[in-house]
Amino acid sequence: MHSFWAVLKREFKSYFTTPIAYVFLVVFLFFSGYLTFKRGFFEIRQADMTAFFVNMPLLFVFLVPAVAMRLWAEERKSGSIELLLTLPITVIQAVLGKFFAAWLFLAIALALTFPMVVTVCYLGDPDTGLIVTGYIASFLMAGAFLAVGCFFSTVSKNQVISFVLSVVACAILVFAGMPTTMDYLSTFLPAGLVTTVETFSLQTHYESIQIGVLQFRDLSYFVLLIVGWIAASAVVLEERKAN
Amino acid sequence: MISIKKLRRSFGPIIAVDGVSFDVEKGQVLGFLGPNGAGKSTVMRMLACFLRPDSGTATVCGYDILKNPADVRRSIGYLAENVPAYSEMTVGSLLNFVCDVRQIAGKDRKRALDRIVPMCAIESVYHQTIETLSKGYRRRVGLAQALIHDPDVLILDEPTDGLDPNQKHEVRTLIGKMAKDKCIVVSTHVLEEVEAVCSRTIIIARGKILVDSTPEALREKYKCSLDEVFRKITKSKVA
Repeated sequence: MHSFWAVLKREFKSYFTTPIAYVFLVVFLFFSGYLTFKRGFFEIRQADMTAFFVNMPLLFVFLVPAVAMRLWAEERKSGSIELLLTLPITVIQAVLGKFFAAWLFLAIALALTFPMVVTVCYLGDPDTGLIVTGYIASFLMAGAFLAVGCFFSTVSKNQVISFVLSVVACAILVFAGMPTTMDYLSTFLPAGLVTTVETFSLQTHYESIQIGVLQFRDLSYFVLLIVGWIAASAVVLEERKAN
Repeated sequence: MISIKKLRRSFGPIIAVDGVSFDVEKGQVLGFLGPNGAGKSTVMRMLACFLRPDSGTATVCGYDILKNPADVRRSIGYLAENVPAYSEMTVGSLLNFVCDVRQIAGKDRKRALDRIVPMCAIESVYHQTIETLSKGYRRRVGLAQALIHDPDVLILDEPTDGLDPNQKHEVRTLIGKMAKDKCIVVSTHVLEEVEAVCSRTIIIARGKILVDSTPEALREKYKCSLDEVFRKITKSKVA
Protein backbone atom coordinates (compact mmCIF):
# COMPACT_ATOMS: atom_id res chain seq x y z
CA MET A 1 0.00 0.00 0.00
CA HIS A 2 2.84 2.40 0.85
CA SER A 3 4.25 1.87 -2.66
CA PHE A 4 0.92 2.93 -4.12
CA TRP A 5 0.91 6.11 -2.01
CA ALA A 6 4.55 6.81 -2.85
CA VAL A 7 3.82 6.59 -6.59
CA LEU A 8 0.67 8.67 -6.22
CA LYS A 9 2.50 11.39 -4.27
CA ARG A 10 5.42 11.53 -6.69
CA GLU A 11 3.20 11.57 -9.74
CA PHE A 12 0.87 14.22 -8.36
CA LYS A 13 3.77 16.49 -7.42
CA SER A 14 5.27 16.04 -10.89
CA TYR A 15 2.26 17.80 -12.45
CA PHE A 16 3.15 20.91 -10.52
CA THR A 17 6.93 20.76 -10.90
CA THR A 18 6.46 20.83 -14.67
CA PRO A 19 4.32 23.41 -16.53
CA ILE A 20 1.73 20.73 -17.40
CA ALA A 21 -0.57 21.54 -14.49
CA TYR A 22 -0.64 25.27 -15.13
CA VAL A 23 -1.10 25.02 -18.89
CA PHE A 24 -3.85 22.46 -18.46
CA LEU A 25 -5.67 24.41 -15.75
CA VAL A 26 -5.59 27.68 -17.69
CA VAL A 27 -6.84 26.08 -20.91
CA PHE A 28 -9.50 24.00 -19.16
CA LEU A 29 -10.84 26.84 -17.02
CA PHE A 30 -10.88 29.27 -19.94
CA PHE A 31 -12.77 26.97 -22.28
CA SER A 32 -15.18 25.66 -19.66
CA GLY A 33 -16.17 29.27 -18.95
CA TYR A 34 -16.10 30.47 -22.55
CA LEU A 35 -18.26 27.61 -23.87
CA THR A 36 -20.79 28.09 -21.07
CA PHE A 37 -21.34 31.74 -21.88
CA LYS A 38 -21.32 31.06 -25.60
CA ARG A 39 -24.16 28.61 -25.10
CA GLY A 40 -26.25 31.46 -23.72
CA PHE A 41 -25.82 31.10 -19.98
CA PHE A 42 -27.50 34.48 -19.38
CA GLU A 43 -29.97 34.31 -22.23
CA ILE A 44 -31.75 31.19 -20.98
CA ARG A 45 -32.51 33.06 -17.73
CA GLN A 46 -32.31 29.95 -15.56
CA ALA A 47 -30.21 29.60 -12.42
CA ASP A 48 -28.69 26.20 -13.27
CA MET A 49 -25.45 24.84 -14.66
CA THR A 50 -26.72 22.83 -17.62
CA ALA A 51 -24.93 25.15 -20.04
CA PHE A 52 -21.71 24.38 -18.17
CA PHE A 53 -21.99 20.59 -17.82
CA VAL A 54 -23.16 20.03 -21.36
CA ASN A 55 -19.71 21.04 -22.65
CA MET A 56 -17.79 18.68 -20.42
CA PRO A 57 -17.77 15.62 -22.72
CA LEU A 58 -16.38 17.66 -25.61
CA LEU A 59 -13.74 19.35 -23.45
CA PHE A 60 -12.70 16.13 -21.76
CA VAL A 61 -12.40 14.22 -25.04
CA PHE A 62 -9.41 16.42 -25.88
CA LEU A 63 -8.06 17.46 -22.52
CA VAL A 64 -8.11 14.23 -20.52
CA PRO A 65 -6.05 12.28 -23.10
CA ALA A 66 -3.55 15.16 -22.91
CA VAL A 67 -3.12 14.42 -19.21
CA ALA A 68 -3.14 10.66 -19.70
CA MET A 69 -0.78 10.39 -22.65
CA ARG A 70 2.32 10.96 -20.59
CA LEU A 71 1.47 8.49 -17.83
CA TRP A 72 3.40 5.55 -19.28
CA ALA A 73 4.60 6.66 -22.70
CA GLU A 74 6.95 9.19 -21.14
CA GLU A 75 8.09 6.74 -18.51
CA ARG A 76 8.98 4.16 -21.16
CA LYS A 77 10.56 6.66 -23.54
CA SER A 78 12.84 8.18 -20.90
CA GLY A 79 13.62 4.77 -19.41
CA SER A 80 12.58 5.83 -15.90
CA ILE A 81 10.24 2.83 -15.90
CA GLU A 82 13.35 0.74 -15.23
CA LEU A 83 13.90 2.64 -11.99
CA LEU A 84 10.22 2.51 -11.01
CA LEU A 85 9.68 -1.17 -11.67
CA THR A 86 12.92 -2.38 -10.11
CA LEU A 87 11.88 -0.77 -6.82
CA PRO A 88 9.60 -2.93 -4.68
CA ILE A 89 6.47 -1.81 -6.55
CA THR A 90 4.14 -4.14 -8.42
CA VAL A 91 2.83 -3.17 -11.84
CA ILE A 92 -0.73 -2.87 -10.56
CA GLN A 93 0.35 -0.59 -7.68
CA ALA A 94 2.23 1.61 -10.13
CA VAL A 95 -0.69 1.74 -12.60
CA LEU A 96 -3.19 2.57 -9.86
CA GLY A 97 -0.87 5.11 -8.23
CA LYS A 98 -0.45 6.99 -11.47
CA PHE A 99 -4.11 6.73 -12.39
CA PHE A 100 -5.34 8.11 -9.08
CA ALA A 101 -2.75 10.90 -9.13
CA ALA A 102 -4.04 12.01 -12.54
CA TRP A 103 -7.64 11.63 -11.41
CA LEU A 104 -6.96 13.72 -8.33
CA PHE A 105 -5.43 16.37 -10.55
CA LEU A 106 -8.55 16.40 -12.75
CA ALA A 107 -10.69 16.62 -9.60
CA ILE A 108 -8.77 19.76 -8.67
CA ALA A 109 -9.33 21.16 -12.14
CA LEU A 110 -13.06 20.54 -11.73
CA ALA A 111 -13.06 22.04 -8.24
CA LEU A 112 -11.46 25.18 -9.61
CA THR A 113 -14.58 25.83 -11.69
CA PHE A 114 -16.27 26.88 -8.41
CA PRO A 115 -16.73 30.51 -9.57
CA MET A 116 -19.40 29.12 -11.90
CA VAL A 117 -21.28 27.71 -8.90
CA VAL A 118 -20.85 30.98 -7.03
CA THR A 119 -22.19 32.92 -10.03
CA VAL A 120 -25.28 30.71 -10.34
CA CYS A 121 -25.97 30.93 -6.60
CA TYR A 122 -25.59 34.71 -6.70
CA LEU A 123 -27.94 35.11 -9.65
CA GLY A 124 -30.72 32.88 -8.40
CA ASP A 125 -31.68 29.88 -6.33
CA PRO A 126 -30.34 26.83 -8.15
CA ASP A 127 -31.04 23.16 -7.37
CA THR A 128 -27.84 22.22 -5.53
CA GLY A 129 -28.55 18.51 -5.96
CA LEU A 130 -28.32 18.96 -9.71
CA ILE A 131 -25.01 20.78 -9.39
CA VAL A 132 -23.60 18.01 -7.18
CA THR A 133 -24.69 15.21 -9.53
CA GLY A 134 -23.35 17.25 -12.45
CA TYR A 135 -19.93 17.34 -10.80
CA ILE A 136 -20.14 13.63 -9.90
CA ALA A 137 -20.95 12.81 -13.53
CA SER A 138 -18.05 14.96 -14.80
CA PHE A 139 -15.65 13.41 -12.30
CA LEU A 140 -16.65 9.88 -13.29
CA MET A 141 -16.38 10.74 -16.97
CA ALA A 142 -12.89 12.17 -16.36
CA GLY A 143 -11.94 8.88 -14.65
CA ALA A 144 -13.29 6.82 -17.54
CA PHE A 145 -11.42 8.87 -20.17
CA LEU A 146 -8.32 8.75 -18.03
CA ALA A 147 -8.47 4.95 -17.85
CA VAL A 148 -8.81 4.81 -21.64
CA GLY A 149 -5.89 7.23 -22.02
CA CYS A 150 -3.83 5.26 -19.51
CA PHE A 151 -4.30 2.13 -21.61
CA PHE A 152 -3.21 3.81 -24.85
CA SER A 153 -0.28 5.32 -23.03
CA THR A 154 0.98 1.82 -22.25
CA VAL A 155 0.51 0.74 -25.87
CA SER A 156 2.98 3.18 -27.43
CA LYS A 157 6.17 4.88 -26.33
CA ASN A 158 5.18 7.83 -28.49
CA GLN A 159 3.01 10.34 -26.67
CA VAL A 160 1.45 11.71 -29.87
CA ILE A 161 0.28 8.25 -30.88
CA SER A 162 -1.21 7.57 -27.45
CA PHE A 163 -2.92 10.97 -27.49
CA VAL A 164 -4.50 10.46 -30.91
CA LEU A 165 -5.63 6.92 -30.15
CA SER A 166 -7.21 7.90 -26.85
CA VAL A 167 -8.98 10.93 -28.35
CA VAL A 168 -10.46 8.64 -31.01
CA ALA A 169 -11.52 6.02 -28.43
CA CYS A 170 -13.03 8.64 -26.11
CA ALA A 171 -14.80 10.35 -29.01
CA ILE A 172 -16.34 7.04 -30.08
CA LEU A 173 -17.57 6.50 -26.52
CA VAL A 174 -19.20 9.94 -26.50
CA PHE A 175 -20.51 10.21 -30.03
CA ALA A 176 -22.07 6.73 -30.04
CA GLY A 177 -24.77 8.18 -27.81
CA MET A 178 -25.36 11.51 -29.60
CA PRO A 179 -28.89 11.87 -31.09
CA THR A 180 -27.47 12.42 -34.59
CA THR A 181 -25.51 9.15 -34.44
CA MET A 182 -28.53 7.30 -33.07
CA ASP A 183 -30.73 8.67 -35.89
CA TYR A 184 -28.18 7.66 -38.48
CA LEU A 185 -27.73 4.16 -37.01
CA SER A 186 -31.47 3.56 -36.83
CA THR A 187 -31.72 3.97 -40.62
CA PHE A 188 -29.99 0.64 -41.19
CA LEU A 189 -29.68 -1.14 -37.82
CA PRO A 190 -32.53 -2.94 -36.00
CA ALA A 191 -33.89 -1.04 -33.00
CA GLY A 192 -32.42 -3.57 -30.55
CA LEU A 193 -28.89 -2.98 -31.77
CA VAL A 194 -29.31 0.79 -31.70
CA THR A 195 -30.35 0.56 -28.05
CA THR A 196 -27.30 -1.63 -27.35
CA VAL A 197 -25.01 0.98 -28.88
CA GLU A 198 -26.74 3.61 -26.78
CA THR A 199 -26.23 1.56 -23.61
CA PHE A 200 -22.51 1.32 -24.34
CA SER A 201 -22.19 5.03 -24.91
CA LEU A 202 -20.75 7.20 -22.20
CA GLN A 203 -22.93 10.13 -23.21
CA THR A 204 -26.17 8.39 -22.20
CA HIS A 205 -24.87 7.51 -18.73
CA TYR A 206 -23.29 10.93 -18.26
CA GLU A 207 -26.52 12.72 -19.09
CA SER A 208 -28.52 10.42 -16.88
CA ILE A 209 -26.42 11.28 -13.79
CA GLN A 210 -26.11 14.91 -14.78
CA ILE A 211 -29.88 15.44 -14.79
CA GLY A 212 -29.91 14.26 -11.21
CA VAL A 213 -30.69 10.55 -11.41
CA LEU A 214 -28.07 8.49 -9.58
CA GLN A 215 -28.75 4.97 -10.76
CA PHE A 216 -26.80 1.81 -10.08
CA ARG A 217 -26.53 0.99 -13.78
CA ASP A 218 -24.92 4.35 -14.60
CA LEU A 219 -22.48 4.19 -11.69
CA SER A 220 -21.58 0.59 -12.46
CA TYR A 221 -21.03 1.53 -16.12
CA PHE A 222 -18.34 4.02 -15.13
CA VAL A 223 -16.78 1.70 -12.55
CA LEU A 224 -16.64 -1.19 -15.02
CA LEU A 225 -15.19 1.03 -17.72
CA ILE A 226 -12.45 2.26 -15.39
CA VAL A 227 -11.65 -1.17 -13.92
CA GLY A 228 -11.58 -2.77 -17.36
CA TRP A 229 -9.24 -0.27 -19.00
CA ILE A 230 -6.97 -0.14 -15.95
CA ALA A 231 -6.71 -3.93 -15.82
CA ALA A 232 -5.91 -3.95 -19.54
CA SER A 233 -3.20 -1.32 -18.94
CA ALA A 234 -1.62 -3.46 -16.24
CA VAL A 235 -1.60 -6.53 -18.49
CA VAL A 236 -0.08 -4.65 -21.44
CA LEU A 237 2.49 -2.98 -19.23
CA GLU A 238 3.57 -6.26 -17.67
CA GLU A 239 4.18 -7.60 -21.17
CA ARG A 240 5.82 -4.57 -22.74
CA LYS A 241 7.57 -2.73 -19.93
CA ALA A 242 11.06 -3.61 -21.09
CA ASN A 243 10.53 -3.56 -24.86
CA MET B 1 23.12 -15.31 -2.22
CA ILE B 2 22.51 -15.23 -5.94
CA SER B 3 21.86 -18.48 -7.70
CA ILE B 4 21.10 -18.46 -11.41
CA LYS B 5 19.83 -21.58 -13.13
CA LYS B 6 19.80 -21.88 -16.92
CA LEU B 7 18.44 -18.40 -17.60
CA ARG B 8 17.39 -17.91 -21.18
CA ARG B 9 15.91 -14.90 -22.89
CA SER B 10 15.49 -13.95 -26.51
CA PHE B 11 14.27 -10.83 -28.25
CA GLY B 12 12.62 -11.96 -31.47
CA PRO B 13 15.17 -14.00 -33.40
CA ILE B 14 18.08 -12.79 -31.24
CA ILE B 15 19.02 -15.00 -28.31
CA ALA B 16 20.37 -12.53 -25.75
CA VAL B 17 20.98 -14.95 -22.90
CA ASP B 18 21.38 -18.63 -23.63
CA GLY B 19 21.28 -20.93 -20.61
CA VAL B 20 23.42 -18.96 -18.16
CA SER B 21 23.97 -20.53 -14.71
CA PHE B 22 26.19 -19.38 -11.85
CA ASP B 23 26.16 -18.72 -8.11
CA VAL B 24 27.56 -15.75 -6.21
CA GLU B 25 28.23 -15.92 -2.49
CA LYS B 26 28.36 -13.25 0.19
CA GLY B 27 31.71 -11.46 0.23
CA GLN B 28 32.27 -11.97 -3.50
CA VAL B 29 32.55 -9.19 -6.05
CA LEU B 30 31.76 -10.65 -9.42
CA GLY B 31 33.06 -8.82 -12.49
CA PHE B 32 30.71 -9.46 -15.36
CA LEU B 33 32.56 -8.95 -18.62
CA GLY B 34 31.69 -9.27 -22.25
CA PRO B 35 31.62 -7.41 -25.56
CA ASN B 36 28.70 -5.10 -26.36
CA GLY B 37 25.49 -7.06 -26.84
CA ALA B 38 26.86 -10.09 -24.99
CA GLY B 39 23.82 -10.28 -22.69
CA LYS B 40 25.28 -8.77 -19.51
CA SER B 41 22.57 -6.16 -19.04
CA THR B 42 19.85 -8.66 -19.92
CA VAL B 43 21.02 -11.01 -17.15
CA MET B 44 21.13 -8.11 -14.70
CA ARG B 45 17.68 -6.90 -15.72
CA MET B 46 16.30 -10.38 -15.17
CA LEU B 47 17.93 -10.48 -11.72
CA ALA B 48 16.31 -7.15 -10.89
CA CYS B 49 12.94 -8.64 -11.99
CA PHE B 50 12.54 -6.09 -14.75
CA LEU B 51 12.62 -8.66 -17.54
CA ARG B 52 11.04 -12.08 -17.36
CA PRO B 53 13.23 -14.94 -18.52
CA ASP B 54 11.85 -17.18 -21.29
CA SER B 55 12.99 -20.16 -19.26
CA GLY B 56 15.15 -20.91 -16.26
CA THR B 57 15.05 -19.01 -13.02
CA ALA B 58 17.20 -17.43 -10.33
CA THR B 59 17.03 -16.89 -6.61
CA VAL B 60 18.30 -13.81 -4.83
CA CYS B 61 18.64 -14.00 -1.02
CA GLY B 62 16.48 -17.11 -1.15
CA TYR B 63 13.66 -15.45 -3.08
CA ASP B 64 12.73 -16.66 -6.54
CA ILE B 65 12.69 -13.95 -9.22
CA LEU B 66 9.53 -15.39 -10.76
CA LYS B 67 7.59 -16.23 -7.61
CA ASN B 68 8.61 -13.43 -5.23
CA PRO B 69 9.71 -10.49 -7.37
CA ALA B 70 8.71 -7.93 -4.73
CA ASP B 71 10.93 -9.59 -2.07
CA VAL B 72 13.81 -9.81 -4.55
CA ARG B 73 13.54 -6.11 -5.35
CA ARG B 74 13.41 -5.30 -1.67
CA SER B 75 16.69 -7.10 -1.03
CA ILE B 76 18.70 -5.74 -3.95
CA GLY B 77 20.14 -2.42 -4.97
CA TYR B 78 20.12 -2.04 -8.73
CA LEU B 79 21.86 0.53 -10.87
CA ALA B 80 20.75 0.27 -14.48
CA GLU B 81 23.09 0.94 -17.38
CA ASN B 82 21.64 4.26 -18.55
CA VAL B 83 20.81 5.45 -14.99
CA PRO B 84 17.09 5.95 -15.38
CA ALA B 85 15.65 8.76 -13.24
CA TYR B 86 12.89 11.36 -13.29
CA SER B 87 14.61 14.31 -14.88
CA GLU B 88 12.24 16.95 -13.48
CA MET B 89 12.85 15.86 -9.87
CA THR B 90 15.56 17.20 -7.64
CA VAL B 91 18.14 14.78 -6.28
CA GLY B 92 16.66 15.17 -2.80
CA SER B 93 13.10 14.47 -3.88
CA LEU B 94 14.17 11.42 -5.89
CA LEU B 95 15.99 9.95 -2.88
CA ASN B 96 12.98 10.73 -0.69
CA PHE B 97 10.71 8.99 -3.19
CA VAL B 98 12.94 5.90 -3.07
CA CYS B 99 12.79 6.05 0.76
CA ASP B 100 8.98 6.27 0.58
CA VAL B 101 8.82 3.16 -1.59
CA ARG B 102 11.36 1.29 0.51
CA GLN B 103 9.58 2.27 3.72
CA ILE B 104 12.51 4.13 5.22
CA ALA B 105 10.88 6.80 7.38
CA GLY B 106 11.54 9.16 10.28
CA LYS B 107 14.94 8.86 11.94
CA ASP B 108 15.95 5.95 9.72
CA ARG B 109 15.47 8.12 6.66
CA LYS B 110 17.55 10.92 8.07
CA ARG B 111 20.27 8.45 9.00
CA ALA B 112 20.16 6.83 5.56
CA LEU B 113 20.37 10.19 3.78
CA ASP B 114 23.15 11.44 6.07
CA ARG B 115 25.11 8.31 5.26
CA ILE B 116 24.49 8.06 1.54
CA VAL B 117 24.72 11.69 0.39
CA PRO B 118 28.35 12.26 1.51
CA MET B 119 29.25 8.69 0.55
CA CYS B 120 28.28 9.34 -3.07
CA ALA B 121 29.50 12.97 -2.90
CA ILE B 122 26.24 14.52 -4.08
CA GLU B 123 25.83 17.20 -1.38
CA SER B 124 26.50 20.01 -3.83
CA VAL B 125 23.75 18.92 -6.25
CA TYR B 126 21.20 17.81 -3.66
CA HIS B 127 18.72 20.57 -4.56
CA GLN B 128 19.37 20.51 -8.29
CA THR B 129 17.01 18.88 -10.77
CA ILE B 130 18.37 15.70 -12.32
CA GLU B 131 18.12 17.03 -15.90
CA THR B 132 20.76 19.65 -15.06
CA LEU B 133 23.31 17.12 -13.81
CA SER B 134 26.37 15.92 -15.66
CA LYS B 135 26.70 12.25 -16.56
CA GLY B 136 29.00 11.58 -13.62
CA TYR B 137 26.66 13.15 -11.07
CA ARG B 138 23.68 11.32 -12.55
CA ARG B 139 25.50 8.04 -12.07
CA ARG B 140 26.35 8.93 -8.51
CA VAL B 141 22.70 9.72 -7.82
CA GLY B 142 21.88 6.34 -9.35
CA LEU B 143 24.37 4.72 -7.01
CA ALA B 144 22.89 6.59 -4.05
CA GLN B 145 19.36 5.31 -4.79
CA ALA B 146 20.72 1.77 -5.17
CA LEU B 147 22.56 1.91 -1.84
CA ILE B 148 20.14 3.90 0.28
CA HIS B 149 18.53 0.86 1.95
CA ASP B 150 21.89 -0.82 2.53
CA PRO B 151 20.97 -3.93 0.51
CA ASP B 152 22.66 -7.33 0.85
CA VAL B 153 22.92 -7.76 -2.89
CA LEU B 154 24.12 -5.09 -5.28
CA ILE B 155 23.71 -5.30 -9.04
CA LEU B 156 25.60 -2.51 -10.75
CA ASP B 157 25.54 -2.18 -14.52
CA GLU B 158 28.64 -0.20 -15.53
CA PRO B 159 28.80 1.88 -12.35
CA THR B 160 31.87 3.87 -13.36
CA ASP B 161 30.90 4.70 -16.94
CA GLY B 162 31.10 8.47 -17.48
CA LEU B 163 32.94 9.19 -14.24
CA ASP B 164 36.25 11.05 -14.16
CA PRO B 165 39.36 9.17 -12.92
CA ASN B 166 38.96 10.47 -9.37
CA GLN B 167 35.34 9.47 -9.17
CA LYS B 168 36.16 6.08 -10.67
CA HIS B 169 38.69 5.57 -7.96
CA GLU B 170 36.17 6.59 -5.30
CA VAL B 171 33.52 4.21 -6.59
CA ARG B 172 36.02 1.37 -6.66
CA THR B 173 37.08 2.12 -3.09
CA LEU B 174 33.39 2.20 -2.14
CA ILE B 175 32.79 -1.20 -3.75
CA GLY B 176 35.92 -2.55 -2.06
CA LYS B 177 34.69 -1.32 1.34
CA MET B 178 31.27 -2.90 0.93
CA ALA B 179 32.62 -6.17 -0.49
CA LYS B 180 33.05 -7.95 2.84
CA ASP B 181 29.43 -8.21 3.86
CA LYS B 182 27.63 -7.94 0.58
CA CYS B 183 27.28 -9.85 -2.63
CA ILE B 184 28.09 -7.58 -5.56
CA VAL B 185 27.76 -8.11 -9.31
CA VAL B 186 29.43 -5.43 -11.43
CA SER B 187 29.38 -5.31 -15.21
CA THR B 188 32.07 -3.26 -16.86
CA HIS B 189 34.18 -2.70 -19.92
CA VAL B 190 37.07 -1.33 -17.91
CA LEU B 191 39.36 -4.25 -17.25
CA GLU B 192 41.57 -2.43 -14.77
CA GLU B 193 38.44 -2.15 -12.66
CA VAL B 194 38.08 -5.91 -12.60
CA GLU B 195 41.65 -6.22 -11.40
CA ALA B 196 41.11 -3.55 -8.78
CA VAL B 197 37.88 -4.72 -7.16
CA CYS B 198 36.67 -8.11 -8.38
CA SER B 199 37.36 -11.39 -6.66
CA ARG B 200 35.86 -13.34 -9.53
CA THR B 201 35.30 -12.83 -13.27
CA ILE B 202 32.76 -14.21 -15.65
CA ILE B 203 33.23 -13.52 -19.34
CA ILE B 204 30.10 -13.83 -21.42
CA ALA B 205 29.57 -13.49 -25.19
CA ARG B 206 26.52 -14.12 -27.35
CA GLY B 207 24.55 -15.07 -24.27
CA LYS B 208 26.86 -17.87 -23.12
CA ILE B 209 29.42 -18.03 -20.32
CA LEU B 210 32.91 -18.49 -21.79
CA VAL B 211 35.01 -18.25 -18.65
CA ASP B 212 34.30 -18.33 -14.92
CA SER B 213 37.51 -17.73 -13.00
CA THR B 214 39.45 -15.21 -10.94
CA PRO B 215 41.40 -12.33 -12.51
CA GLU B 216 44.68 -13.74 -11.10
CA ALA B 217 44.06 -17.26 -12.43
CA LEU B 218 43.26 -15.85 -15.87
CA ARG B 219 46.44 -13.80 -15.97
CA GLU B 220 48.50 -16.78 -14.90
CA LYS B 221 46.90 -19.16 -17.36
CA TYR B 222 47.27 -16.90 -20.39
CA LYS B 223 50.48 -15.20 -19.22
CA CYS B 224 49.35 -11.75 -20.36
CA SER B 225 47.34 -8.74 -19.21
CA LEU B 226 43.61 -9.03 -18.62
CA ASP B 227 43.00 -6.86 -21.70
CA GLU B 228 44.68 -9.41 -23.91
CA VAL B 229 43.00 -12.30 -22.14
CA PHE B 230 39.62 -10.69 -22.83
CA ARG B 231 40.44 -10.23 -26.51
CA LYS B 232 41.77 -13.74 -26.91
CA ILE B 233 38.79 -15.36 -25.24
CA THR B 234 36.01 -13.36 -26.83
CA LYS B 235 37.52 -13.48 -30.31
CA SER B 236 38.61 -17.11 -30.45
CA LYS B 237 35.66 -18.68 -28.67
CA VAL B 238 32.99 -16.64 -30.39
CA ALA B 239 34.42 -16.89 -33.90
